Amino acid sequence: MTGAVVTPYTVPAGLMDTLQVTVLILVAAGATAVVLTRRLVRQVLVLSVYGIMLAVLFLTFQAPDVTLSALTVGAVALPIVLLLAISKTRKKEE
Amino acid sequence: MQVFPFIVVAWIIGVGLYGIATSRNLIHQIVCLIVVQSSTYVLLLGVGYVTGAVAPYFYDVPVHTPAVDPVVQALALTDVVVEAAVTALLLAIAIQAHKRFGTLDPHELAEFKG
Amino acid sequence: MFFAGAAGLVAFYLWGLLGLPGFGNYPGPYGPAILRVAVAQTQATGVVSAVNFEYRGFDTVGEEFILFTAAAGTAIVLRMLRGEGERSPVDEARDRDAPPTSNAVRTIALLFTGPVVVVGWWLASHAQTNPSGGFQGGVVLATAFILIYLAGAFLTFSKLSPTDVTDAVEAAGAGGFAAVGLAALFTGLPYLYNYLPLGQIPGAVSSSGTIALISFFVGLEVAAAFLLIVSELLEQTLLIRHGGR
Repeated sequence: MTGAVVTPYTVPAGLMDTLQVTVLILVAAGATAVVLTRRLVRQVLVLSVYGIMLAVLFLTFQAPDVTLSALTVGAVALPIVLLLAISKTRKKEE
Repeated sequence: MQVFPFIVVAWIIGVGLYGIATSRNLIHQIVCLIVVQSSTYVLLLGVGYVTGAVAPYFYDVPVHTPAVDPVVQALALTDVVVEAAVTALLLAIAIQAHKRFGTLDPHELAEFKG
Repeated sequence: MFFAGAAGLVAFYLWGLLGLPGFGNYPGPYGPAILRVAVAQTQATGVVSAVNFEYRGFDTVGEEFILFTAAAGTAIVLRMLRGEGERSPVDEARDRDAPPTSNAVRTIALLFTGPVVVVGWWLASHAQTNPSGGFQGGVVLATAFILIYLAGAFLTFSKLSPTDVTDAVEAAGAGGFAAVGLAALFTGLPYLYNYLPLGQIPGAVSSSGTIALISFFVGLEVAAAFLLIVSELLEQTLLIRHGGR
């Protein structure tokens, strides 16, 4: 089935494998970084970067729809809500 | 390549659980929960991927081009929205806990129980 | 203790995952079946949106109401607090002076507001043709309002999105989705039946019947729910900062 139909969006299999493995390693490292960052505000920034990495991963998984929602929710909406909650509870934590 | 994405999924879920177990701050725990949930997107999309296929959009490609599975992508989309809703609700509860007890440390919060 | 448990869990989890068909060889029955019929049945070229708003539309109604309930729950939890805060206002952020918004931030935020609205609207209205839809479009639309707040114009922000109106828009979004489905019942068709003309050209914006309509309502609902959550949290922060001064 591979390569039966070639469209402008078909990526050569070898290149696609390399891309996916690279981004998967980045995502695993990103998840570790989010968990190991203990300062809250920094953690939110790392989470935002992790959201962008996830979006790139979904793009290589041929899921543009999920890419868009991972970008909007994971990299924009969640950090906004988290930063607001942190600013609300901040003084006692520092 | 056959199993590597699934190993990454297991790694993400393990690292997230480690974060929840060792964290001393409710908001930090909520962020770790986001990480745990993000493993489910990778799992869903990894299961539905088909080598050499295109995304399931036929705006400018022939209709019967081999495409990856649209059903798991729709599920992942739902998953993302539910995650946002759950996070908002958890944060509101964490803020209320902080307001009432003046701390976000789960160990200290446990003492206020009852 | 934790590591023993976690190692066991991850080992079992991996064991289960490795039983799956290998990456890239998805054999499942549903995906290929839908891919065969979707474009012909719905005249929508975005099959993911067709699945979300048509084939499992009933499921998406439930998901809409999860979001609706979460926003309402956030509002209720935080509103109870506001009553308490008014009795004993404490400035919990007294040690921190909010820096004035710089001109660069203000200019960039205002410059981006217009394009962001356009992108959000485009995303919410093209679910049936391109990778987009109500969920993404709704969040992007709500982001435009947050940019206005970022530009330092909280008064404009609260004037543009008073809580009453946001509440009403959110209800209209969730209710509109359900109503699109209910309208089918009155004409004797099954719930959420796609009763609008499907159009002739797959990929045209006017094609695909109710899919486009539902996506629009989902966009309204998501934008309003997100704005409601953000403005509830914002009001909390502002209330406390003003309280002690």
